[in-house]
Formats: sequence, structure tokens, C-alpha cells
Amino acid sequence: MASRTQTISLTVDGVRYTDDVEPRLLLVQYLREVLGKTGTVVGCDTTNCGACTVLVDGRGIKSCTMLAVEADGHEVTTIEGLSANGELHPLQRAFNTCHALQCGFCTPGMIMQSASLLADNPDPSEEEVRHGLEGNLCRCTGYQNIVAAVRQAAAETAGHASSPASGSEATQ
Amino acid sequence: MTIMEERQAEIGRPRPRKEDARLITGRSRYTDNITLPGMLHLAMVRSPLARARITGIDTSAAASAPGVVQVLTGADLAAEQGSMPNAWPITPEQKTPPHPAVAVDTVNFAGEIVAVVIARSAAAARDASELIDVDYEDLPVVTDLATAARDEEVIHPDLGTNRSATWVFDSAQAGTGGDVEEALANSEVVIERTFTQQRLIPAFMEPRSTVVDPTGEQITMWSATQIPHVLRVMLALTLGVPESKLRVIAPDVGGGFGGKLQVTPEEVITLLAARRVGKPCKYTETRSETMMGAHHGRDQLQTLRLGANRDGTVTGLDVRLLADMGAYLGLITSGIPILGAFMYNGIYKFSAYRFECTNVFTNKVWTDAYRGAGRPEATFAIERMMDELATELGMDPIEVRRKNWIAHEEFPFTTVASLEYDSGNYEAATDKALELFDYEGLRAEQRRRRESGDPVQLGIGVSTFTEMCGLAPSRVLGALDYGAGGWEYAQVRVLPTGNVEVVTGVSPHGQGHVTAWSQIVADRLGVPFENVEVLYGDTQVAQRGMDTYGSRSLAVGGMAVVAATDKVVEKAKQVAAHMLEAATEDIEFSGGQFSVRGTDQGVSFNDVALATFAAHDLPDGFEPSLDSDATFDPENFSFPHGTHLAAMEVDTETGQVRVHKYVCVDDVGHVINPLIVDGQVHGGLAQGIAQALFEEAIYDESGTLLTGSFTEYLVPSAPDLPEFTVDRTYTPATTNVLGVKGVGEAGTIASTPAIVNGILDAIRHLGVEDVPMPCSPSRVWNAIQQARTSGQQAPEPEVAP
Repeated sequence: MASRTQTISLTVDGVRYTDDVEPRLLLVQYLREVLGKTGTVVGCDTTNCGACTVLVDGRGIKSCTMLAVEADGHEVTTIEGLSANGELHPLQRAFNTCHALQCGFCTPGMIMQSASLLADNPDPSEEEVRHGLEGNLCRCTGYQNIVAAVRQAAAETAGHASSPASGSEATQ
Repeated sequence: MTIMEERQAEIGRPRPRKEDARLITGRSRYTDNITLPGMLHLAMVRSPLARARITGIDTSAAASAPGVVQVLTGADLAAEQGSMPNAWPITPEQKTPPHPAVAVDTVNFAGEIVAVVIARSAAAARDASELIDVDYEDLPVVTDLATAARDEEVIHPDLGTNRSATWVFDSAQAGTGGDVEEALANSEVVIERTFTQQRLIPAFMEPRSTVVDPTGEQITMWSATQIPHVLRVMLALTLGVPESKLRVIAPDVGGGFGGKLQVTPEEVITLLAARRVGKPCKYTETRSETMMGAHHGRDQLQTLRLGANRDGTVTGLDVRLLADMGAYLGLITSGIPILGAFMYNGIYKFSAYRFECTNVFTNKVWTDAYRGAGRPEATFAIERMMDELATELGMDPIEVRRKNWIAHEEFPFTTVASLEYDSGNYEAATDKALELFDYEGLRAEQRRRRESGDPVQLGIGVSTFTEMCGLAPSRVLGALDYGAGGWEYAQVRVLPTGNVEVVTGVSPHGQGHVTAWSQIVADRLGVPFENVEVLYGDTQVAQRGMDTYGSRSLAVGGMAVVAATDKVVEKAKQVAAHMLEAATEDIEFSGGQFSVRGTDQGVSFNDVALATFAAHDLPDGFEPSLDSDATFDPENFSFPHGTHLAAMEVDTETGQVRVHKYVCVDDVGHVINPLIVDGQVHGGLAQGIAQALFEEAIYDESGTLLTGSFTEYLVPSAPDLPEFTVDRTYTPATTNVLGVKGVGEAGTIASTPAIVNGILDAIRHLGVEDVPMPCSPSRVWNAIQQARTSGQQAPEPEVAP
């Protein structure tokens, strides 16, 4: 398979990588197949479903629609790099306590897009959350608990609380 | 040895799920995440034509392409691939065409696999697949169901007809009711309507993926399936591989909704390819391939005649269906409409009922289970008919339902369709829904908008439902000619430390069984929720099972867990009695503590577990193990029910439709975990509403799927759906000790007719009598324009609405 390759250097989940990649390699393929970061998944081939959403320099990007070579020199955060110091991100906690996932396949993209949304708008209304997640499909939840989770995470972040909202129980 | 503190019951508690920990951190184990040493990758070549004869395949360029290991065609596999299984021949005369995994001579739908490339990378396989040159000779294509039924062009010439089978239920013959023609002839009102159940795509988020490792003593298959156990049996029967030489694993599975209740050509092909090359092989489809190659759902043409008296009492119902099978019969394709046959009477007392369904072949991908499977179609039809009756008689839609439903004191009730409904309280669910909805207030708002000529009209959609779920009593399945039973299996293993492993034969793919089973076992054994581990989805771990579909996991699989834990307790009591030097009959078990009745003497579950493990001092003849298994076969289906109310806004100038308010009150019996049950209802509502408003798989006349991606097939996103008001009443099932009924399909079944009834209620006064699904803005707008131009202003009914 003699195809021309290009060298890229980027940071993924806090770790610096340098790799030779085919120019046609998608960022999501690079994450999954080269780095083994299978936490980011592929749900479609038309940029509709958003399951592959990651943060590139803090912004939500569908990694099926960006070439790996375009990520050269940038900082990528996947669902695997969201929690810090062994502590879940408020969104991860809220998705658990609000039962915002069922099969879990859309969840990595949904959480990463929510992180991007909250970075722009730390206190979104229900309506703003729904529109902010417009590019991410979920077939299991009907979105109700996802919307609740994003708003709970927003409230928690605003209150600088580190524990889940009262009355809910964290998973073991 | 003191009695433990009173512990909080786990059953009924809104426990966040154990399953989530890995899914929210990216530690998921979906099939496509699996990489094995030396693994090769497959790509499929699919027919672009809906019906054609294959006259030649040139694979030479692909075979010599970089990284390609082998190329396979139907001719290469013909001797070993067998025919894809159909497990539900609904009549002895059913016509079942051969269904090769890879087409050999002809293709019968666009997307059918004609060749397979095995290569060192997925990209190399895909590149090479484009080098395969297939010559086709076009054959006439039939995509329309009614046209196909006329047999002007026969898709499978050897069968002589496109009609696969006709299945009839007649209450007069069954002895459960009268003759329907007689009933209709004697009715004061007869309403006849035709409804189209459009074709839908299950659209689970995880595309299907299969990995097969042929290198061990057994062939191991990982697959994105709902049915690892059924798959194993069917692969053995289809391919002649000894069942004991097959191990099937369903790892994390990203949704199913019936769409992964299938034995697929792709699974067969991956197994055959891996066996040929002696290396692990993976196939992961693209979304476009899912849309065209994975089975679809619904696609029925329903003609109903309903007879009634002027007081609103329904006297009889006649149902005639044409059901689109697509090109072949998948695992239970043929039986899907039959699952609906028993549900057209809904929650009502009809005195005569006849159902006749003809299954028909067309040049489209085959249909099969999709959330609800037959029951949403039935519920839609009867709930639309009840509204039509209400309109005809000038009655309130709630009143006409009240007039006909089974009163709560009449349970158990044998229906005209021959089922025995064990329990229910339709009055309670409806009353609660009406109150939460503010029915009277919204009716007043509707009148206000109508009188003021508001361009945005308001309609109120009503739907009730019940469903037969908890599939299923094995004897009933046998009577319906289904190829297997409906029991479920569980094993409970007690580890030396008192931790408990629960093996379940159901195969979760988002339903939260690990959490719910942990709650059940924690309560029954008095062990902490955290100390229960639930194992599933691997035929070598869960050695028996019938898997997950038909809202069966809790009502059947959960009951198997209960039965197995009961056996553990019985065994443990013998050990406890020995330890306490008491008689087994005097041992009581509560809250994880065995005690001697009437004394303060006791031992804990953990003490007994350790003593049994050590086996130093057990009762004479006692087998040193507490482990127990159980297989539970339900004595009856379970029958959840509910009342759903939708307030629909229709912009009469643009056709735009909006859900203004949605209230549902479901009765699913006892609830193990309300958080999970609410989630199931939300997701079900979303899919049912999607059928009413957004989704339709559309083929053009040449048999090309026009909705082949998420760009054209409109799975709703967050802004498309409202906030739902979800509540419950609790009438426990009487046919299982948990009192549970099942909830997986409820929302999907009830919401579709509620939405459509609501739209019609908003614009019926303009003369609109029906809007076909999905009720897109253009369809609604056209219906309004047509009604206006034809000048058919409906007379104002005497009674609202």
C-alpha cells in the first residue's frame, strides 16, 4: 500500500504525538486506528450524527469531517481525555445521574458537543441546549434527559460544586 | 450475630446506572473497537439495481489490488452459504424464496451483496471493491405493495406469485366472538378507512459490525446483535457448523430497536471469509450500507371496517392487511404483522373481529422487527378508527373510548382476539392523564382559536394502548408456528466473599439490565447493590438465553433471575440451619440475615457463603455450592397499557406542525427503576412521534432508496422534540411475582396515533379527513388546500370537538 504520507504533530488528550499519515485519513480514523482511542465512535458517513464529535482547540468538531492532516499542530480532546485527575467532568457526572444515555453510542459526541456548548454559553436555556445539540443524533433517549444533564452540569459548574446535584446518587 | 440494620429497598429506587461508568469515559466495547492480531477487513460490493440477473463478475483487478487477500462472489460461496433463515413460517403453505447471503444469479433489492473483498485494511478493501465490475441484465422492478399483490410481475418466478402467505384470525371460528360480517350488517354505523404504515428504518446509532476469529478450537463471533443466542443456533443450522464449535459474543451494542434482531448476510459472510482465510476478519458497515442493507420496519397497507351503534358501542371490526416483506424473508419478517393481529381490538370489548393479512414480496430490502413490531401498526389503526367513530357520532374521543374499554373490575378479561388480559385500569390512567394535560382547558383554548380564526389551530390527539409483551409463553409461540420457545434463563453464583454473579440470558443494548438485575438481586439476597455483578451477552458465559426484544427482558428474564435467587436462598437456609443447629423449617431469611424463628440467633449471607465455599462442615449429603440456575417460561403475556394525550399546533398557512404539549400516563406494573423506565418511555415517544411526523424510507420506481442517509432520512434531533410529561399508574401484572409488565415499546406504540389524531383534530373543521404519515408540513398544507378548494366544509358537530 504505497501511498504518499505526511507527518503530523498534535496533542491528543494531553499527550504529544507525531505520526506519518495518509492525507486522506480522517481525524476519527487517526484517533481510533492509529492511537487506539476507540472511545470516539463513527455513526454515519454524512456528518449528520455527531457521534464522533471531539474538541479541537476547545471547539466541538465532527472528527469524521476533518482530515488528520488538518489537525496538525492543534490540540484535540476526546471523551477519553475529558476527566482530569481521576475526577469525572461535571457533564460526565450529570449524564450518569440524569440517565442521559442508554446504549451509549452517541454519548461521547453528545458530551463533547455539550462541553463546547457550555464553553460558549455557561447557562443555556432548555431551548438553547436543544439547538446547541442539533447536530448530534440520539436514538435512545428522546433527548429529554440529555437536555436535563447539560443544564445540571451548567448549574453545577456555575455553583463551583464538585459533587452531583442533591437528591441524586452517583454510580459506583 | 446481630440483625442488620433495616436496609433501604433497592426495587423502586431511581439508581443511576452501573453501565454508564465506562460509556461516559470512552471505555466502550463496541464490536468495531475490537482489533485482533493479523485481523483482515471486509468490504461488500452491493447491487445498485433493485432487480437484475448477474451475467458476469470480473474480480481480477480487485484481486491484484494492493493489500487484497481474497475476493469472493456468490458462486464461490454457493456450496457453503446455505439460505438465510426464516424462523417463523406463518402457514404451512408459506412461500419462502431462497435467500443467499451473497447473491448468486439474481439480485432482488438495491443494496444486496454481490461480492466481498478481504484485505489487510478496511481502506484497502474499500478501494479494491470499487474495481469489481459486475454485469447486470435489468429485470422489471416492483416496489409498490398493492401492485406486487396483483402478481403482474412475479419477483421470484419459481414461487409463481408475490404472495408469500395469507393468515387469518376469525373470532367466530376461534369461539371468542361473533361473525364480523353479520355484526357489521347489523350496525347502525359502519366506518371504512385505509391507512398506510410507511416503511421505517430502525436507525440504531451504531452501524452493524462483526468480527470473527476462526483460529481457536471454536469459531468466535463478536457481533452488534440483540440476539447472540439465537444467532448461534441459526448460524449452526444455516452453515452446518456444529453449534458447540461456535461462540457468539454481543459486546456493547449501540442500540437495536428490533433492527439488530436478525441473522444477517454480513454475519454469515464474515464467518465464511474468516474460515476461508484462517485469520480473524472484521466487517463494519457504513451508515449508507445500514440504510440500504439492514432490514426496515412497518410498511403495511391497512383496510379497516368498524361497526358501531349510535350510542358509540363498537359492534365489530374487520381488518385486512397487505404487508410488504421486501425481497426476502428475514428471521421473523413473516410474523411481524401477526404480532399485531391480536392487538387490533386494543383495550376494547368488541363482540366480533376478523383479521386477514397477506404477506407480499417487493424489490426492496426485507422488513422485520422494528420497535413494537406489529403492535404499533394495530394500535395506530384502532386508535385512528376510534377518533373517526367519535367524529362520525359527534362524541368526545375520550367518551367513545370509555364506552368501549374493559372496565377495571372486569379483569381478567378474554378478548375477542383470544388473549387473556390479566390486569389493567384504563380509567385510572386516563383520568390521571386528563388531569395532567388540563384537557378541559386545552379544549377551551381550541375553541377560542377556532372561533377567532387563528392561523395556528390547536388539536387534541388521544390514544390509548395496550400491548402483548413479555414474549412469550412457549406454548403460544408453538401454536403460532414460531420456530422457538419464549423462556428465559438465569444463573446466580455466590462467590466465597458473598459477592454475587448473576448470569442472564437476555442481551442488553441500552436497557440497563445490569442495574435493574442488581437491584432485584440485592433485595432478594439482602446483599449490597454494589456487590452484584451481572454477566451476559456471551454464549460461553450465559450458556442459555433467548435474548432481548418484545419488552421481554424484565417480565421473563427478570423472573428467571428471581427464580434462581429463590433457589439460592433455599440452599443457603440448609447451611444456615446447620450452622445454627436448628431445623431448616425454622430458618427465616430477611435483609441478608438468616435467623432462627423466635430467637436472636442468626448468621449473615456472607457467613453462609464462606462456610459453603470452605465446605468443612456442611449438612450430610449437601452439595457444597449455593449456585443455582433457573429457566422461566411465562404463563401468559403481560399487558402494559396507557393513555397518551397530544396537543398539536398546526399552522394552517404553512402546514407547520408543533407538539404543544405531550402527556402520557403508562401502567407498566411495578417499576424496578423509575429513572430507567422514564428513559424508556422518552425514547419510545421519540420514535413514535418520528413515525407520525418525520420518517419514511422512500424508494423510487426503479427501486433506489432515496432516503439512504441521515441527510434524507429524518431522525429527529433535540429541537424537533418537546419536553414530555411522563407519569404512571400502577396495576401490577398478576402473572409474575415481580408484578412487572415491560416498557420498552410502550411509548412507540401509543404516540404515533396520538400525534396524528391531534393534527386531524386541529384541521378537521377545515374539511381535512386524513393526512398520510409522516405528516410533513407539505402534506399538511396540501391536505388543507385540497379541502379548501373542494369546498368541503365539514358540518360543525353538535358536541365538541
